[in-house]
Amino acid sequence: MSGTFVGMPAFPKAAHEAVGNATLRGNLRHATHTIRAKRANAVAEVSDWAQLREAGKRIKDHTLRHLDRYLVQLEESVTAAGGVVHWAADADEANRIVTRLVEETGESEVVKVKSMATQEIGLNEALLAAGIHAYETDLAELIVQLGKDRPSHILVPAIHRNRGEIRDIFRTEMGEWGRPAPDGLTDSPAELAEAARLHLREKFLRAEVGISGANFMVAETGTLVVVESEGNGRMCLTLPRTLISVVGIEKIVPTWRDLEVFLQTLPRSSTAERMNPYTSTWTGTTDEDGPRAFHLVLLDNGRTDTLADEVGRQALRCIRCSACLNVCPVYERAGGHAYGSVYPGPIGAILSPQLRGTSSEIDASLPYASSLCGACYEVCPVAIDIPEVLVHLRERVAQGGPATRAGNKVVLRPAKGHAAERAAMRAARWAFSHPGALRTGQRLASRTRRLHPRTLPGPGRAWSATRDLPAVPAEPFRDWWQRTHGTDGTDGTDGTDGKKGAAR
Amino acid sequence: MSGRERILGRVRRALADVPADDPSYEQAVARDYLRAHGARSAAETVHLLAANLADYRALVHRCSEVELPSLIAGLLTDRGATSVLVPPGLDEGWLAATDVTRVADRADSTPHELDGVDSVVTACAVAIAETGTIVLDGAPDQGRRRITLVPDHHICVVRVPDQVVSGVPQALERLDPARPLTWISGPSATSDIELDRVEGVHGPRTLEVVLVG
Repeated sequence: MSGTFVGMPAFPKAAHEAVGNATLRGNLRHATHTIRAKRANAVAEVSDWAQLREAGKRIKDHTLRHLDRYLVQLEESVTAAGGVVHWAADADEANRIVTRLVEETGESEVVKVKSMATQEIGLNEALLAAGIHAYETDLAELIVQLGKDRPSHILVPAIHRNRGEIRDIFRTEMGEWGRPAPDGLTDSPAELAEAARLHLREKFLRAEVGISGANFMVAETGTLVVVESEGNGRMCLTLPRTLISVVGIEKIVPTWRDLEVFLQTLPRSSTAERMNPYTSTWTGTTDEDGPRAFHLVLLDNGRTDTLADEVGRQALRCIRCSACLNVCPVYERAGGHAYGSVYPGPIGAILSPQLRGTSSEIDASLPYASSLCGACYEVCPVAIDIPEVLVHLRERVAQGGPATRAGNKVVLRPAKGHAAERAAMRAARWAFSHPGALRTGQRLASRTRRLHPRTLPGPGRAWSATRDLPAVPAEPFRDWWQRTHGTDGTDGTDGTDGKKGAAR
Repeated sequence: MSGRERILGRVRRALADVPADDPSYEQAVARDYLRAHGARSAAETVHLLAANLADYRALVHRCSEVELPSLIAGLLTDRGATSVLVPPGLDEGWLAATDVTRVADRADSTPHELDGVDSVVTACAVAIAETGTIVLDGAPDQGRRRITLVPDHHICVVRVPDQVVSGVPQALERLDPARPLTWISGPSATSDIELDRVEGVHGPRTLEVVLVG
């Protein structure tokens, strides 16, 4: 993935700093609570939501299980419709391909539709290194780009900014990039949207190259789909002569009909609308309407490694709606930047460590950035069991084991930070398989309970700093059971329950 | 090895656990969801379309075939439009009552020229009542995609009840994926400031839908 976030501290440290920022917490609380109730209403309007969710899950699962076949079919359909298909195994390869395609047009600037895939690979930075300026045209992306900031939400990358901050960024930065903000700009959202319209219009009207991602690619027809609100997507998809779309290989659906599921579940899950204002679909090129040249860059960049994990591969069902971010208690408090990736929140906590591997400090900590409350799974329109994958990845971090990196099978070593946890688990395994030792230990613990410290020493100190240690009872359970129910102390029953006796 | 072979090879190795007799597409996907939500008469479906369009800030008008030219003329006058983009196959009668300057949808007109036009009038391919959506498919009475994008005022005529369906699945059945499609649900909007919807960014900020029939 992108080098943007290299050197990120582990999630707990980054989150600790974020929760101290009162403005950030206020902004996130306001935005996530606004959307939560709206999403619930939008979903409640549709009586067959559970069936749509299950169908979406099954379509994606089936596609992933036969991804090689559908990729080849998609390539054939896109090519037959006049498009050119390129394959990029990693971020560097994708950036090289796109840079070359732009250079071949002779242009030195491009307009971009908001795209997670191009953020993931750090395309803007790669283009800039080749002297090509990429202009983000989505309002929130524009706010992030002008503010020299990082995205903090999948759908609304500037969710951490309130209207006052946005006005200040527009006032000071727009002039650097093109048309300055209007005089006397206030913080009313309508005026801010108008300022963005004026600022970007000159760029749209002269653009010769557009770069996009896609929400869906239909294998049978070669159709790409972009779902948006503002019309900046339509501008980038129809006005330039050349269109380059960079899309993750997991975005395929087999048939045109499959869109009937996702075009119902995606808008209601993401912006809580019955339908988003604009959806564009295109199949290759069309004579005298829209771009003359269309390039599709299919991106792997860790997706096949994720696919190789039978538990973790369900993360590839994700349609990037961001409903899981909006309901997550951890995201609401820590904010998106703490996740150290363009994919924050619960889905980011399972996607980033799989796409990038768990070797960095931040990626090894992400599976722990959750209370496992399960709200993310409840709202997911493709039923990704995020808590299941989080626990699976915690196991991989703590115990190590087989994984796939860049297409190669590797065996991961257990993470260093979990030595005390592993030692405790080994000790517990031994004690539970030696009843005599367990009984002696429990009795000893009960008798010495007045001497127990209130916090743990050594490596356990951090754990007990925010928790009370459980009080040890005056008598171990097994001793109590034997005293009150036991006769001979061997079977744990009092011998009067005929059914129990008969069942044994 | 090319990127293509490398990626396809990785995919195949990653899927080593998938058995040869894995369920087919038809077996794997359950389609027990609804084609439309609720039973409605044709008139009720048109009414729902109007309500949902209005809910997302489109301006909705209803008239008969005979009234259509004067209604469109009135909308253009109220807007103060001096020029209107006209797709090549638009019913000539629709603009019979207005003397606003007509601008043809030509392949060689530049985006800057389109930016100087006040309004655009088109037909549509299908409309979806449950979501308040109109779909354009680039047919001759709708024109190129960009003519309904750059001008700030779009008047779209929907023939009711023939062009109206209830649900999204029914709309997809009627559409040809080979054509470039634009699905429009209200005027341009954004949720990017504090996750609250604001109308009016890059696309037409005023969308007027005329239900004829």
